[in-house]
Amino acid sequence: MKYLCLIYSDESQWKTLPPAELETMNKEYFAYTQSVQKSGHYLGGNPLQPTQTATTVRVRNGQLSTTDGPFAETKEQLGGYYLLEARDLNDAIQAASRIPGAKYGAIEVRPIADMKMPDPPR
Amino acid sequence: MTDPASDSMRERVEAIYRAESRRVFATLIRLLGDFDLAEEALQNAFVAAVEQWPAQGVPASPRAWLVSAGRFGAIDVLRRRARAETGLAELAALADRISTPEFEMPDDLDDDRLRLIFTCCHPALRPDARVALTLREVCGLTTEEVASAFLTPAPTIAQRIVRAKAKIRDARVPYEVPARAELPERLDTVLHVIYLVFNEGYYATSGDTLVRPGLTSEAIRLGRLLVELLPEPEALGLLALMLLHDSRRPARVSAAGELRLLEDQDRSLWDAAQIAEGLALVSKALTSRHFGPFAIQAAIAAVHAEAREAALTDWAQIAGLYDVLLRAAPSPVVELNRAAAIAMRDGPAAGVALIDGILSRGDLTDYAPAFAARAELCRRLGRTGDARADYARALTLTRQDTERRFLQRRLGTLTGERRDE
Repeated sequence: MKYLCLIYSDESQWKTLPPAELETMNKEYFAYTQSVQKSGHYLGGNPLQPTQTATTVRVRNGQLSTTDGPFAETKEQLGGYYLLEARDLNDAIQAASRIPGAKYGAIEVRPIADMKMPDPPR
Repeated sequence: MTDPASDSMRERVEAIYRAESRRVFATLIRLLGDFDLAEEALQNAFVAAVEQWPAQGVPASPRAWLVSAGRFGAIDVLRRRARAETGLAELAALADRISTPEFEMPDDLDDDRLRLIFTCCHPALRPDARVALTLREVCGLTTEEVASAFLTPAPTIAQRIVRAKAKIRDARVPYEVPARAELPERLDTVLHVIYLVFNEGYYATSGDTLVRPGLTSEAIRLGRLLVELLPEPEALGLLALMLLHDSRRPARVSAAGELRLLEDQDRSLWDAAQIAEGLALVSKALTSRHFGPFAIQAAIAAVHAEAREAALTDWAQIAGLYDVLLRAAPSPVVELNRAAAIAMRDGPAAGVALIDGILSRGDLTDYAPAFAARAELCRRLGRTGDARADYARALTLTRQDTERRFLQRRLGTLTGERRDE
């Protein structure tokens, strides 16, 4: 089963982090990614640019509305994600608990819904 | 017209239902991978038993017979559903999978009950859902019984249970006993669910009765089951704690339904057998080096249980145990209890100073027992004005009718006029 692990943290803290600590963090993320690749959990993952780069798009009554900023202003922001293949929720929780960001912010673990695409026309 | 033979058969089936239905259910969940299908299969298995046992006799192992009947009944249900709703190939596949010969009966059905407990108490479920699901699925209470025990509308409880089951299915919460490394955190969640059920029964936080014995006995039953399946020190500690508290139930409320403090209780009414069992469990838990907050709280309850009269209570030992508890599980409520014990050891002034320290930090400022305790200590010190103010504050904070009447009586003795309501 696939689980999306959403990494939330207070991004304002990142800006004030000394370069040495930032480098340590990056190393931890590289090591984590390698470990989940090795264990067979890894399907994908990426860090995101900070929320000031975010654009929110809505269509209402056929009208496109585009606004600056993330969908919701919250204390902790979505900063990246991993897509993991896990046996079950316990396995996913164990894998998510080793994401370096879990020590600072929080990881939301969401099962991927299994949407069946209609069969292609023959 | 009643047939004595069929009456006695019905009684036997009912007895087997009481003793075995939850075990059979726990195994069926594992075999079928679905709570609702397992529930349906369980009911069908007992229907089959009522129909077949009078002619065939009760099987040598009713449990194995029922699991097997439930499983085959479920296969039929799945195949019928798969036919009725075309395209549900996965239902047919499940039916095939569970009907293969290698899908054998497990040797140890107790493991399934433990799996069921850990699944119902999974930390990924909401705490109130864990409690409802555990009472419903592990204890076999009906939704209505759970609702009336928690004074919550039945549809609310039903919705909690439905949502929890949907999460178990959709997020794939596994049906398993956690690995050793995860056990401490996971066991803690289970113990807290049981403790919550007990507390709600013992210190009913709302409503007009002080004790709801149904919940305390369900909690003790769960505690016994856990100790039987997984005798970890904290499981022993929790069972001991519940037994020792519950042993005082007959003395805790007067015939008129009024709360009696520990010091005013008729100790001859305490349940001696339950105390003996609790004491044995406490010493077993404490000899292990891995005991925790529940075993320490049980040890405190044990010191009270061992005192033949209130005046003989070993407060020095209790205060010492609260020091240990505060290190193991620091919390303002533990601090408050420690303050009360120290007041008994060193005098009320010492207790008031400690409680003031807690309140001045901003902790427990809306917790009725903090003000009731401070009021009692002030009363002993002759600070009647402070005592009156604290009782009044406690009265505004309690939601429990018996407790409210108790506080009003206390307040009444202070002002010299009884106010009965």
